[in-house]
Amino acid sequence: MKPLQSIIKVRDVKTIFGEKVVHDGLNLDINRGEIYGLLGPSGCGKTTLLREMVMLQKYQAGSIEVLGNNLSSIKSNEAQKLRKEWGVLFQAGALFSSLNIAQNIALPLIEYTNLSQKMINEIVEFKINIVGLNPKDAFLFPSEISGGMKKKAALARALAMDPKLLFLDEPTSGLDPISAREFDALILKLRSLLGLSIVMVSHDLKSIYDTLDRVAIIDNNKIAYEGTLKNIQQQESSFIKTFFSKGVDI
Amino acid sequence: MMKNSSLKVVYTDSNLFLKFIGEVTLHNISQYQKQLDAINFLNVKSIVLDLDNLLFIDTAAGLFIASLEKEFILKNINVSTICLKPEILNTLELVSKYSKSESELPKIKKKSFLYIIGTVIYNNFAGLMSFISFLGELFLTKFCYFKSFKNIRYKEIAFEINASAIRALGIVSLTSFLIGLVVAYQSAFQLKIYGANIFIVDMLGISVLRELSPLITAIVIAGRSGSSFTAQIGTMKITQELDAMKTMGFDPYIFLVLPRIIALMITMPILIFLSDIMAIFGGMIVANIDLDITTWLFMERFSEVISVKHFFIGIIKGPFFAFLIASIGIYRGLMVKDDTQSIGFNTTKSVVESIFAVIVCDAIFSIVFTNLGI
Repeated sequence: MKPLQSIIKVRDVKTIFGEKVVHDGLNLDINRGEIYGLLGPSGCGKTTLLREMVMLQKYQAGSIEVLGNNLSSIKSNEAQKLRKEWGVLFQAGALFSSLNIAQNIALPLIEYTNLSQKMINEIVEFKINIVGLNPKDAFLFPSEISGGMKKKAALARALAMDPKLLFLDEPTSGLDPISAREFDALILKLRSLLGLSIVMVSHDLKSIYDTLDRVAIIDNNKIAYEGTLKNIQQQESSFIKTFFSKGVDI
Repeated sequence: MMKNSSLKVVYTDSNLFLKFIGEVTLHNISQYQKQLDAINFLNVKSIVLDLDNLLFIDTAAGLFIASLEKEFILKNINVSTICLKPEILNTLELVSKYSKSESELPKIKKKSFLYIIGTVIYNNFAGLMSFISFLGELFLTKFCYFKSFKNIRYKEIAFEINASAIRALGIVSLTSFLIGLVVAYQSAFQLKIYGANIFIVDMLGISVLRELSPLITAIVIAGRSGSSFTAQIGTMKITQELDAMKTMGFDPYIFLVLPRIIALMITMPILIFLSDIMAIFGGMIVANIDLDITTWLFMERFSEVISVKHFFIGIIKGPFFAFLIASIGIYRGLMVKDDTQSIGFNTTKSVVESIFAVIVCDAIFSIVFTNLGI
């Protein structure tokens, strides 16, 4: 087995909104090739931490290192390069409403590569197939498709540049149980096909047990637990007890 | 609500029986409260709440009964409850369990007048600062992208020219035509009195070319395109499209902000030119009908007395007004918070602020040109 290589390092991160302390010294490591979950009660700052990792939000102290770049001292051209190495899936998809699905997926390819239109069309069709969308729907606009399709299309867009790192913000929220399980299966499939590392925020217990390799639980502004799901029930945190006590089959 | 629900009040000596019958729910609590308010409790020593004839109570009724008990205890009256029905006891128990929370809700502090004035002034100051920092970011980091022509987003600029200017041609020309018409009509009446009919040309030419056309165009565009910038960008912020762009490495300033500003700066002078034509045309019609000045006479006089500098002064204002309208509209769009109310709020602000800014800018131009003797 290859030695574990950490691709995201979070060290002593502090986040304060006005007077409210959100994070007070978070530490965690995310390794290459794993599906890593950020869990915790609502309002604990999971999504905030994810936004800090993708440079959408500033933190007050500490450091976050993504793929070897320290985000606190990153230069704008390095940041630009880093942004091409990851894909981000937002909670509601955040597809560009003025473009149809195919154009949404093609956009990064058009902007960042010199590929011919024919090649781009082929890549777009491939991405549409791999996320399980119907190619017939490629020319629909985001306002014309369902929530599940939006998430799939947004995932296809996040995968457009073949990133090695994927951030997912509540990928299964708002989906019906069947679509949610399909989405879990899709994420596992993509990981094995493309060798992705995935960081996700989730609330969906089934999805958590089905997909995640390791989790970090944020509670009371700190990391309450980091590790695999197997020995999670022995933990003392009240959130972990209530959240994981339902006895879902592992 | 059941029709045969009621509250029976029975006195025996110094005892009071309150017999609830049927249902107690949200809908009949206030009626019972009135009934109880009418009772004089001075001589009452003990009260019996008889809940045995109740079929159903909801949680609001549970709270009502619990608060009655508390109230009577405060008045030094003995209270006893008769109830054997498990459903009703369950509801009462549920209510007593959740009515008191362990940590009290934080009380909203009463703010002093000085505090409110301070916050308002500070917020306005912070707003001004954030607009200045928006302009700073726009100039400092984004205009260096013009080092190379490859970085200019021609497609987006063309799209914005169409959306915010070409589609505004109709409304700009109609408004200007009517303004020309009205101004000429009002002054024709006055000029006729002095027999100074021909001076309508001087008056119209200078006022329309120098002031009216640029202002009318700017106001129409601020209301039409400036507000749509705010709403579009604000919505993109709420749907996280802006975040998505940032994580994909597409700088919103280059993709959204600059094309809109440039498009408006290019088209504003053209719109003002069109507005000039339409307003003068409107005036010409009135001059022809009302003052018997033929089209040829009007044209001749126009080329005689109106020097070309008046036209250029009007046109030169265009790009400045356009920059103000577009940058305020976009800045307001970027200020939208994560709720739908703030789109409306910021759109209103964007229109008001950009019209105000345009008028201030026009005043500055006026002073500068007058002092320069132009």
